[in-house]
Amino acid sequence: MPKLTIDGKEIEVPAGTTVIQAAEKLGINIPWYCYHPALPVAGNCRICMVEIEKQPKLQIACYTPVANGMVVKTNSPKTLEARKSVLEFLLVNHPVDCPVCDQAGECKLQDYYMEHGQYNSRLVDVKIKKHKKAFSIGPTVMLDQERCILCTRCVRFSDKITKTNEFGVFNRGDHSELDLVPGKQLDNKYSGNVVDICPVGALTDKDFRFKCRVWYLGQTKSVCPGCSMGCNIEIHWDKSRPRTQKVERAMRLKPRLNPEVNQYWICDEGRYNYHFIDDHRVLYAQRKDELMALDKAIDLIAQTIQPLKDSGKSDRIGVIASAQLTNEDLFIIRKFFKDTLKVSQIDYRVPQPTGDSDDFLIKADKNPNTAGAQTIIQPNGTDSQSIIQKAKQGELDVLYVFGHDLVKLFGKETVEQISTKVKLFVWQGSNINETGSYAHVVLPAAVYAEKDGTFTNCQQRVQRIWPAFLPLGEAKADWEIVALLSEKLGNPFSYRGADAIFKDIAQSVGAFSEMTYEKIVDQGMVLKK
Amino acid sequence: MENPTKQRRNNLEKYFEVKGPFALLRVAQMKRAWKQSNRRELTWWEKTYIPTVVSGIALTSKHFFRNLGLHILHLFGLYKDIPAAVTYQYPEQPRPLAKRLRTRHRLMKREDGSPRCVACMMCETVCPARCIEITAAEHPDPNIEKYPAEFILDLGKCVYCGFCVEVCPEDAIRMDTGKLDIAAYSRESMIYDKTRLMDG
Repeated sequence: MPKLTIDGKEIEVPAGTTVIQAAEKLGINIPWYCYHPALPVAGNCRICMVEIEKQPKLQIACYTPVANGMVVKTNSPKTLEARKSVLEFLLVNHPVDCPVCDQAGECKLQDYYMEHGQYNSRLVDVKIKKHKKAFSIGPTVMLDQERCILCTRCVRFSDKITKTNEFGVFNRGDHSELDLVPGKQLDNKYSGNVVDICPVGALTDKDFRFKCRVWYLGQTKSVCPGCSMGCNIEIHWDKSRPRTQKVERAMRLKPRLNPEVNQYWICDEGRYNYHFIDDHRVLYAQRKDELMALDKAIDLIAQTIQPLKDSGKSDRIGVIASAQLTNEDLFIIRKFFKDTLKVSQIDYRVPQPTGDSDDFLIKADKNPNTAGAQTIIQPNGTDSQSIIQKAKQGELDVLYVFGHDLVKLFGKETVEQISTKVKLFVWQGSNINETGSYAHVVLPAAVYAEKDGTFTNCQQRVQRIWPAFLPLGEAKADWEIVALLSEKLGNPFSYRGADAIFKDIAQSVGAFSEMTYEKIVDQGMVLKK
Repeated sequence: MENPTKQRRNNLEKYFEVKGPFALLRVAQMKRAWKQSNRRELTWWEKTYIPTVVSGIALTSKHFFRNLGLHILHLFGLYKDIPAAVTYQYPEQPRPLAKRLRTRHRLMKREDGSPRCVACMMCETVCPARCIEITAAEHPDPNIEKYPAEFILDLGKCVYCGFCVEVCPEDAIRMDTGKLDIAAYSRESMIYDKTRLMDG
């Protein structure tokens, strides 16, 4: 293994490592634009040039493999001078329209210019203008050719990751510009990622465009609930902006690095699937059309369940949990319904239409926690269809449904029948749907962005989600509502938070043993066989 | 909405920790007691009363006769270099304002009458009172790109620091209208929107 010195610090790295990677391991920052750890090296931005002893010219750190005894200087006067000059070249035709640019605040061009800039422009000629300023290049992305520094990250992304080849650099010299290949549109399923990898404001997201300045954003780590892949994401939310009008709290989703799951990417479907966090929410408990306090509603449910519990008629209760819930929610549901009430008719599976899928990140199963639900609930024999059938025939007194839109899944007539035949039809969910209007009692649940907990993805990987917001209205995490109900029926749980439940899960469910929130942190942990 | 008396009482309870129907009275008592216990002891000369009254009258009279005399002399064009006290008949006769005085804001216009503002949100970011709220939108002209669909400035919150003017990269907001008598009967009418700010 070659040993090299960077800025006086020695490090031993495997052969084939580049200088930039070795420096990163040492925590030394070398600026870069075109280099991306997941893309092939292009070496065209030239900002990562460093001085290497015994080499007459400066070398680009992203493409120079390490060698034994190499001595690299990343902050020598010669290197700094080179950075300054490279930045001057990059900015020659840049419009410097930071006030209207969405990237401002997270723009590498701004950041490095503050560090290494020339400050006084020496340009006497007029700037070369490109063909078009901001224009749409697909359903999700806008392109501004003038801001582009031709790092070709997006070109390489469309060549190597999505293999759709939408982008290209056309013309030569200072006329060269980034554009779509003639006749193509940027409409692949991962198009939003080019916005993330663009180091400047050339590619901007239509969905986020002008909605919020990036310095107003707070970040919370989370996991995408869009499908069973469980891509790691960051929820960016509006942080303390002065507001007189009500606006969305969640502003955008960004992928978060997890080499085992999604690497640097997420699909567009997941990226734009956040409006439900703020829109069409169930805010208060509801009986038919009348709003009521949550504890009153829980009283109401407890009154119906109490006699069934006392007479041991647990076969008159049906529960349809959901794979959209966290492991913690599901564990409390299991503990209350299955262990305390001895309900055997409990399931989380519903006949869902298969969604689209590919061999990269998009999975057909659109539930984030199917593996976790299977491990925790372990439905024995009965599936949701038979529960629905029984409810339809009046063999059930209580039907408790978590989040599912039964109208969409089983048809309007079935749900209408259930609502007349069943004594108490409880629907607990976060977003208003048609099933709620047929339910006798509607309970307000929190969405994933308001919950603390874990999801288990299709690779059996348990991943943590963190609460980004407080629940809206009287909404509560599903486990909290079930715990309240349990308390009303005389079985109080002593959990103070999701972490306490997870400790219990780790103790009582074999597959989760030895897991803690501290161990899961960012990358997750795989379930035991 | 709660009625104002009740709201005031709630506030009192919050700040002075007094409760009940006589809260207002109790607070007045507390204030008086504070003043009394913190009062300076009078000197012997002050305690004699009459001399201090006389010296007070003397001071007032001195100013009165000085100004009277100077104004009469000014009428005849004498001693113009010695200034005398001046009274402005506000609001009929407003005081002259210094050129650099920060007064109510206005939004500058382009030649076609649209706002010069590009909704970069610098002013909103820098504002210490958080009184500016901008909603940006896509401009049909790609060379302008961004414009404020809404620009709300709450003058009830503004502290007239002038940071917004200083930070604006487009010289789109100025505080030079010369208007400082801004008063309204409600908080809502102190909130100025784009059109009101552009009208000058």
